[in-house]
Amino acid sequence: MEVEAAEAGAVEKERGRLAGLSSGASLSPPVVAGLIVASIAVALIVTQGLQPFGQTTVNGLISASYFALGAVGLTLVYGTLKLVNFAHGDLLTLGAYVAFVANVSLGLPILLAVLCSVAVVAAFGVATERVMWRPMRAKGAGLLQLLIMTLGLAFVIRYSIQLFAGTQPRSLEVDVTSSTSFVGLTIGQTQLIVVLAGFAVLLAVGAALRFTSLGKQMRALSDNFELAEVAGINTDRVVLATWIFAAGLAGLAGVLYTSAIGNMTPNLGFFLLLSLFAAVILGGIGNAYGALAGGVLLGLTQEWSTLLVDARWKLAVGFLVLILVLVVRPQGLFGRQERAL
Amino acid sequence: MTPLAVSLDVFGSLDFWIGVGLLAATYGIFTLGLQLNVGFTGVINFGQAGFMAIGAYTMAILVVEAEISFWLALGASILVAMAAGLIIGLPSLRLRADYFAIVTIAFAEIIRYTAVNARELTGGSQGIGGFDGAFLDLSDLMLEGLDSFGLGDQFLLPLLIVAVAVFGLLTVGMYFLQRSPWGRVLRAIREDEDAARALGKNAFAYKLQSISIAAALGAVAGWFLALNLAFISPTQFDPLFTFLGFAVLILGGLANYFGVILGAIILWTLLEGLRLMDLPLDASQTAALRYVLVGLVLIGLMAFRPQGMLGKRQEMVLGD
Repeated sequence: MEVEAAEAGAVEKERGRLAGLSSGASLSPPVVAGLIVASIAVALIVTQGLQPFGQTTVNGLISASYFALGAVGLTLVYGTLKLVNFAHGDLLTLGAYVAFVANVSLGLPILLAVLCSVAVVAAFGVATERVMWRPMRAKGAGLLQLLIMTLGLAFVIRYSIQLFAGTQPRSLEVDVTSSTSFVGLTIGQTQLIVVLAGFAVLLAVGAALRFTSLGKQMRALSDNFELAEVAGINTDRVVLATWIFAAGLAGLAGVLYTSAIGNMTPNLGFFLLLSLFAAVILGGIGNAYGALAGGVLLGLTQEWSTLLVDARWKLAVGFLVLILVLVVRPQGLFGRQERAL
Repeated sequence: MTPLAVSLDVFGSLDFWIGVGLLAATYGIFTLGLQLNVGFTGVINFGQAGFMAIGAYTMAILVVEAEISFWLALGASILVAMAAGLIIGLPSLRLRADYFAIVTIAFAEIIRYTAVNARELTGGSQGIGGFDGAFLDLSDLMLEGLDSFGLGDQFLLPLLIVAVAVFGLLTVGMYFLQRSPWGRVLRAIREDEDAARALGKNAFAYKLQSISIAAALGAVAGWFLALNLAFISPTQFDPLFTFLGFAVLILGGLANYFGVILGAIILWTLLEGLRLMDLPLDASQTAALRYVLVGLVLIGLMAFRPQGMLGKRQEMVLGD
């Protein structure tokens, strides 16, 4: 039954998408996507009621905050260095565990712990660039070589953490029990902070990419590395900045995830990785704004799907969206055609 | 005796080598599929664990739920896995190599979630057992024969013999398949897809065949995984295991089927040896240490010897 419902829902949605894409050829894809999301939202409100829709939207925005922050780094690293980083999820894990050490083992306040974890993960990102990725680029390593190297790094990070911290779930010292209700919608105290902080950072990231010189240079490199270099951008400096940015945000996303969920295990990052890829691909790989939007869309899709199918399928729904987007529009919502193949 | 000597004793025991042999043969068969895709076709398949799960679950469900003969179920499971290979390959093989890798790993995760969540069919995280009766009858027959060599009490030995025989036959089979005109076209596609197409070869169809053969090999590996434990559950099909296959593949060398044998034996001797040594670590830490080692092996090989032990450097053309 549930499987059928899931399939029916997915097929329905895909039909909607296809119809939207073909009839709205003159509209820009993001506008079309927005219209589709809006019509799905209306359909869900009408069929499922306003309160359940509102509650799943709130839940969706919670996961959106860490999906988007995790995805933006993954996409920038890909865009700039053409590196599909399978170790990116484990940077989130590293962030969560650094926060645990700072917050619980050393007893630092949570805000300070967050800063610690952003700093440590950013430094780790820079270290991998210097020790692994730059030398490999200099050697002219191929796609497969780099892909397998990121996998190896993912294993090393994830299982080194397991070696020292064990597999038992750990929690930060945040309030996971009390919650707030507002117009019939419930959200945990900490989750509320996660959403607010997450979206504040998201807006700041978006603004920094748009208006600062460094942000523009990052996007320029992500768009066309050689052209950026010819235009006189100090690519070496921008690559380092990209790693600091990407890994730091991954660390933050890891802490936000752990705070919202209530605990952490060493495989949380690998578990999240595919969702991050889904967000990245949804937004067009290499496109920073796309990743932010893709993260929000994915969070909402997963939670809205719980209105139609059992909640235990929501991750599978996310992966199905990933596959469907790749099949129907491989360049993503914001990507350009040339990125497709 | 010193603790180290005691811990090294495990390498002298028959149990240890039967265990290693079974894992090496299972993951060897698994990796033959990866070798075909990655080494010879230039298609990065990250979803092999999904095909292994499909093979094992189809076999188990057909035997336990549908009460079909075990031997028929084996054949059916291959067909189902090959069909799954076609279904996943048809829409996504046109994508760029890195996108295809992401699609296949997402596919494997969907399969695993289905195994966890479709409880009526798969038993959920409890898993399925009791599908191996027909094999145990054969195994008992073989044990009677082995008894005359004084090996009648090694219950896993018959399975090892079968697994090694199947692995050997499949390796030789794949070797000759690769030397056929079909195999040469695959290699041409890996080297330069446009050139192969210009010669009138339907590159897409060849890639599709490559994926579905790999899926069949994954299914066969799934049987041995299932028979080894007499039980299957979703955790045995974590995407992690695809990457153990990649470690075997890279260790032995790309584009060389005999490298798979070498890689499988070395990796599993290392991993099982580490598990059984007397390290001052608990079980989860030992498991963690094994995988840290796998990660370091992957990184080290890619950095210093990307062609592995038996591969040729000029065959690492992917993505250039």
